[in-house]
Amino acid sequence: MKIFDQLGLFLRITGSHTIARRYFVVNGFDGVLTMLGIIMGFYISGEPDTKVIINACLGAAVALTISGLTSAYMSEAAERQNSLRQLEQAMVADLGDSAHGKAARLMPALIAMVNGLAPLLLSLLIISPLWFTAYLPLSPLAASICTALTMVFFLGVFLGQVSGMFWLWSGLRTLLIALLTCGIILLLD
Amino acid sequence: MVLVKRIMLDVLKPHQPNGLEFAKAIAEHGADYRVTFTVQEVDEKTETVQIIIEGDDVDFDVITETIANLGGSLHSIDEVEVSSTTEK
Repeated sequence: MKIFDQLGLFLRITGSHTIARRYFVVNGFDGVLTMLGIIMGFYISGEPDTKVIINACLGAAVALTISGLTSAYMSEAAERQNSLRQLEQAMVADLGDSAHGKAARLMPALIAMVNGLAPLLLSLLIISPLWFTAYLPLSPLAASICTALTMVFFLGVFLGQVSGMFWLWSGLRTLLIALLTCGIILLLD
Repeated sequence: MVLVKRIMLDVLKPHQPNGLEFAKAIAEHGADYRVTFTVQEVDEKTETVQIIIEGDDVDFDVITETIANLGGSLHSIDEVEVSSTTEK
């Protein structure tokens, strides 16, 4: 419990909860649309071997995860160090051992985890129907596309809750973006 | 044995954690602590506050450590009230 209290304090003094939430949506949306794009590409190519599709999707998911982890860590660490330095100048004191110093070291790692794991988890959910081809009533690619569209809708619902917008409208708005993406890819065929 | 009953501190602290969290973190260290937190001056990134801690046996070292842990800096001890007890 003590650890969670400490973590809560770090989140509050740095305002990291809103940053983490923003990163979750931004990179989660990136991950879902990337998977949707890859799967749509395979769909218009005439459904090749499922193993090829899974490997291509997993490769993209791993790349998104590593990109999310490293880019968020580097940018957040730089921002946190800059904020800490400014606060130390105002306080005329070394805050390295205080909650502010500890938060400046820990929060970039936490935000990087959110930024990296959001696309990975959502991508795994989207490609999960490809592992259960025998048990699905529709084709595995169609099931994956439906899962991706559902994920996009729920990301929109989540955004609606954050902004106070009506959840259905917010969900339909992000769903429309995903359908537009599918439409553009279909035009390539 | 001398016991600290009341102590008034002048502290410079960042805006976060806020006054409520700051006062609660100090009060957590004693079973009967009463903490009064008063903001005296607000700057862009910091605020000067007066903290009064009252209790049967106020532990000054723990309080200064808590203030430092929360990013605060103790400027001065403005008022103290102590009492002695005779050990039999």
